[in-house]
Amino acid sequence: MSCCGSSPEFDDLNEVSRLVSARLAAFLRTLRDAGFRVGLAEGQDAAALMAAGYAARPGLLRAAFKHLFSARKSDWDKFDGLFDAFWLGKRVRSRSRTMGSTQGANSPSLKGMQEARVEQGGAQSAFDQVPTSNDAPDGHGGEGRMEGASRAENLAEVDFRKLADPDQVAQAHEAAAHLAKIMRTRLTRRDLARRRGYRLDLRRTIHRNISHGGVPISLVKRQRKDKPLRLIVLLDASGSMSMYTAVFLRFIHGVLDEFFEAEAFLFHTRLAYVSDALKEKDAGRALDRLSIMAQGAGGGTRIGESLQSFNRWHAARVIHSRSCVMIVSDGYETGDAELLGREMAALHRRCRRIVWLNPMMAWKDYAPEAKGIKAALPHVDLYAPANTLNSLRALEPYLAKL
Amino acid sequence: MKGRNEIAQALAASGYIADADLATAISLMQLLRRPLLLEGEAGVGKTEVAKALANVHATKLIRLQCYEGLDQSSALYEWNYQRQLLAIQAHRGTDSIEDQIFSEKYLLERPLLAAIRRAQAPVLLIDEIDRADDEFEAFLLELLSDFQVSIPELGTIPAITIPHVVLTSNGTRELSDALRRRCLYHYVDYPDVDREARIILARIAGASPSLSLQIARMVEGVRKEELRKVPGVAETLDWAAALVGLDIRDLHDAPETVHETLICLLKTHEDRSRVTPEVTQRLLGRVA
Repeated sequence: MSCCGSSPEFDDLNEVSRLVSARLAAFLRTLRDAGFRVGLAEGQDAAALMAAGYAARPGLLRAAFKHLFSARKSDWDKFDGLFDAFWLGKRVRSRSRTMGSTQGANSPSLKGMQEARVEQGGAQSAFDQVPTSNDAPDGHGGEGRMEGASRAENLAEVDFRKLADPDQVAQAHEAAAHLAKIMRTRLTRRDLARRRGYRLDLRRTIHRNISHGGVPISLVKRQRKDKPLRLIVLLDASGSMSMYTAVFLRFIHGVLDEFFEAEAFLFHTRLAYVSDALKEKDAGRALDRLSIMAQGAGGGTRIGESLQSFNRWHAARVIHSRSCVMIVSDGYETGDAELLGREMAALHRRCRRIVWLNPMMAWKDYAPEAKGIKAALPHVDLYAPANTLNSLRALEPYLAKL
Repeated sequence: MKGRNEIAQALAASGYIADADLATAISLMQLLRRPLLLEGEAGVGKTEVAKALANVHATKLIRLQCYEGLDQSSALYEWNYQRQLLAIQAHRGTDSIEDQIFSEKYLLERPLLAAIRRAQAPVLLIDEIDRADDEFEAFLLELLSDFQVSIPELGTIPAITIPHVVLTSNGTRELSDALRRRCLYHYVDYPDVDREARIILARIAGASPSLSLQIARMVEGVRKEELRKVPGVAETLDWAAALVGLDIRDLHDAPETVHETLICLLKTHEDRSRVTPEVTQRLLGRVA
């Protein structure tokens, strides 16, 4: 450990402490760069710990710093690696945030995708791949790049071209933001009941009227408290949904942008947590980051397994009693449909509402015959189409009632 | 300041088997006088830490159970309105009655105020902080950093002693960075087999070391099954107590009883039907 303990070369204690301080400051900077929220108070406490003799025992110092600087499970998990890398010069393996699969960010499919993206010039996102009205005047221009699109070709002609128009896309974004604003300020059913039942705040009324001998001259009413609804979006980014993914990414970014409490996940053959990417202020960059995940393997859709990952690893953290889970998927399950049913049941027990948006519903003659969607539907509170701006808008009254 | 080994020993003496990390966290808590935030799944023994800590310090444990809608008057202080009204009636016509009724005599202490006004620093357990609202969390920030409260009619009341504060969270809601930053953080996980066996041994009178180890291994196996509600340490202790009460010395001797008593661990119908006698048999097979 290069910083800790007294170095024989330095007799001057001040010099040692100056070096230690500089090294500690550099460590704090490293932590901040890694996303730790470290303030001045923590820095001072860290210095106090080093002065109190912890510096001479690296193992103890690591444990102490871990408690001091970590603020959440994710910090807790990555701290040891950062500490070792900084103070002990060890290499840190980067971990993928993709859950439910042994394949991580370095999996061939994702890697290949990233490389392909670089070849395209780096800045081009999945959204950019949507053909504009200029390069695909007849609406068939983009088909060559769409894997697994065969089942959905007809649908592409219905609404895909509309949303490829930049103005329409901007409108979709605005519609999403507007929706989010309304949903957020709605009261939950419990708050409504509370408002009706306890209009008068007796405790405060008595308190205020003590000086009148307890005669309630001045009344205090209970303040209405707005409680934000939490929205969790699970977006199917598989091959069969590829035409919609880009548009829905826009939609979800718009929704999450306005929502105070929102989380987003993408799934195809596995589940990926993408809320961090959505926290990018810059919409373009957010979509860029998302699009990397959105393109995914593009093959099958394992909705059941993805939901299983979600229920097991994320649900306890992200879902509370006023949560609405919005699943955007065509319901084509290439995995185990029974598993999908079971996981949907488990999910339904946890959250207040499950809304399933299926772009294919707007298809003429479409019926939910696929095994996956059949297994899922009994647990869905609202099953709605979402393929055009109007269909998104039509959701508003329902979501506002949540 | 006690070293972490001494703390671990003291906790063990009061029935809590802590790992080295937790002992370090508690020694830091005393050194830096910061609250300790314990996060982890339900049932891993977070609340027990505070109870054991109160035992170690031979002091009172003051517990504030958080819930949705918890407000300042339930957590900090309240005026005794009934007594105030009676006093007003009794002193009708007296000028100075208003000054009198907003005095200490009519103040009802709630957990937070009680915690900072004790002569001997108590352990203040703010349990399941993630259930409280954001507003309450924000209110707590002031108290946890300055250890003083303001009562408009009385003025500022500084802490007589600074309590040992333990906050617990099940992670159902994301806590604010401001609160997290004021606390030391420790993630409490399910204990490993060895530690769980030691917990059983320490807490259940009559449990032999070999039975404790068997129970801990069995519970570890059950936790790896796909369950809706994974059993926590409290459930393990219940099960161990049941087995000891039924005079079972070796799990292999009474597989049927083992299966029947699994109701101590499995708390939903779904989990109960998932762990069939065959599953119990399979799990027992892995327990040496």
